[in-house]
Amino acid sequence: MSEIQFREMASKSWLNFLSFLCGSAIGFFLCSQLFSILLGEQGDTQPNILHNDPHARHFDDNGHNHLEGQMNFNADASQHADENTDISEKLYQKVKILCWVMTGPQNLEKKAKHVKATWAQHCNKMLFMSSEENKDFPTVGLKTKEGRDQLYWKTIKAFQYVHDHYLEDADWFMKADDDTYVALDNLRWLLSKYNPEKPIYFGRRFKPYVKQGYMSGGAGYVLSKEALKRFVDAFKTDKCTHSSSIEDLALGRCMEIVNVEAGDSRDNTGKETFHPFVPEHHLIKGYLPKTFWYWNYNYYPAVEILHFLQIEDLWQPCVEQLYWCHFSTSMCSLRVLLSHFGSWLLF
Amino acid sequence: MVSDGEASFFKGMLLGSISCVLITLFGQINIPHEGKIQDHEHHHLRAPNREDFLKMSEVQRMELSKSIRVYCIILGESKYESYRAILKDTWTKHCDKAEFYSTKNSRLFNTETNDMWLQMRETYKYVFEKYGYDYNWFFLARPTTFAVIENLKYFLFKKNATQPFYLGHTIKSGDLEYVAMEGGIVLSMESMKRLNRVLNSENCEDQSILWKLSEDRQLAICLKYAGVLAENAEDSEGRHVFNTEPIVHLIKEAMSNNPQQVVKGCCSDMAITFNGLTPRKMEVMMYGVYRLRAFGHHFNDALVFLPPNGSEND
Repeated sequence: MSEIQFREMASKSWLNFLSFLCGSAIGFFLCSQLFSILLGEQGDTQPNILHNDPHARHFDDNGHNHLEGQMNFNADASQHADENTDISEKLYQKVKILCWVMTGPQNLEKKAKHVKATWAQHCNKMLFMSSEENKDFPTVGLKTKEGRDQLYWKTIKAFQYVHDHYLEDADWFMKADDDTYVALDNLRWLLSKYNPEKPIYFGRRFKPYVKQGYMSGGAGYVLSKEALKRFVDAFKTDKCTHSSSIEDLALGRCMEIVNVEAGDSRDNTGKETFHPFVPEHHLIKGYLPKTFWYWNYNYYPAVEILHFLQIEDLWQPCVEQLYWCHFSTSMCSLRVLLSHFGSWLLF
Repeated sequence: MVSDGEASFFKGMLLGSISCVLITLFGQINIPHEGKIQDHEHHHLRAPNREDFLKMSEVQRMELSKSIRVYCIILGESKYESYRAILKDTWTKHCDKAEFYSTKNSRLFNTETNDMWLQMRETYKYVFEKYGYDYNWFFLARPTTFAVIENLKYFLFKKNATQPFYLGHTIKSGDLEYVAMEGGIVLSMESMKRLNRVLNSENCEDQSILWKLSEDRQLAICLKYAGVLAENAEDSEGRHVFNTEPIVHLIKEAMSNNPQQVVKGCCSDMAITFNGLTPRKMEVMMYGVYRLRAFGHHFNDALVFLPPNGSEND
């Protein structure tokens, strides 16, 4: 072989060797990246946490995504070992509340299902009122249409249904929306002081339009047995009109006509217990602008707590014992807070 | 026709990939082994049981609970300055002492730096020098974290701060187990001591090679060098007590993974932290945790923590 050919061969093999090295480096790198992504994902996902064995580190095999069935919050099954609920249980027996939730076919899956899984469990009896019957959920079919203008009509029919089927099963009859959260224990505390044979109803009292005031629909309201009887009777005897597009106002007017008293639901420090909006709106000063209609509607003066001396100077009325709250989100979160979080703290 | 050069290139790639696969597989086989051993060496740390308390008298319990002193470090970038006011007025009131550290703190950093690991190191150094012997537990949290310090103290109740504890919500990344910063990082006094011994060594310098390692991973590497290993904090049912996400996310996950046991599966009754909260959500948490309660339910708590003097939102 000549020298030139030899040199050519040498440089060629040198080039080949280089490209070989290059290839292996790139191959290795790409591969390691791939693995780090795969492993990284595995490392970051935490095993589903329902195991009792401290040494088990396997992943819980839950292939169920989006189970469209019954949802069970099971919040009370895992009751704190040290929790004493005697008083709560006694009140459950003593103050019987039937809850009916205003919902519709389009909201069963999104909203009503969660109401059913959470606070509604604490009612002595719970009913879901919809325009159409649903045997599986189950909902009562009111045979109306859906829509905001149908609300009052739905309300009348719902109370009528309750009156005709469950009058003797409860002392108090509460209406709530499917985006409302109710702390039943606290509601019982309020109602335990009143006689259900008395014509009275409670909620977040608004002052305009009706002399004795009326209760905000969004915050929910509860009627005594006598109030329910009078309300249903009012339509049989034409004392109250069926037609109105403003459910809460119309109900409030009717209550006044049939001499059902608008009760004071505030706690013993004068703070409101029924809330038409989510907690943030009520807890954070300035969240609702001063020009908002709400401020002119409240029957009672707002109680401010003068401690929060920061950029936002004053707190909104904070309620120690929350009865109702009109939520659009976080219903389940609040359920968690309410039944569990208090556990290890002195309150 | 593929030339010689290209052929070698592809051969090389093939060899590289194969060797990578082999090495990784080999490494994987080792990990479960190590994992098992480490599990048996307390990788999960549990909260105390009721029984632990029944043996003690009330006086003893009081004494012990007073002896747990927690110093809270809130470490965040300057964009979280607006959180300071809210944090001061909410959960940090329950720390024995709480201070906010960010790049705007001119006492620690000369210029605003984006290097979070550097910030963390300097902060830990500073805190140890100033407070290392006044407090026995050091809790580091992000400004977006809400913590229930009483539950933290309960968790730490019978743990000896002269032991090297490094707790939180742990994540395994390859060979390294580290405590996620989002969930909050708890170090005992001993861990702080050891950390500060090695902070200036080269093992604790930025370990990032190709891509930047997060500061919580760097901390774990550094602590590992000092002989301190991460442990996952759990309640008596094995649920995380330090959470890196807000409650809403955890519940949403639980609703799809565990619809029959949403609350039980998702969140611990004695959760210590949740992350990803805005100041408004912190107000709501404060209300929910310390004020809102259901009438007629009495919790016979083993420990009693009173709200600080003059505090009115708890």
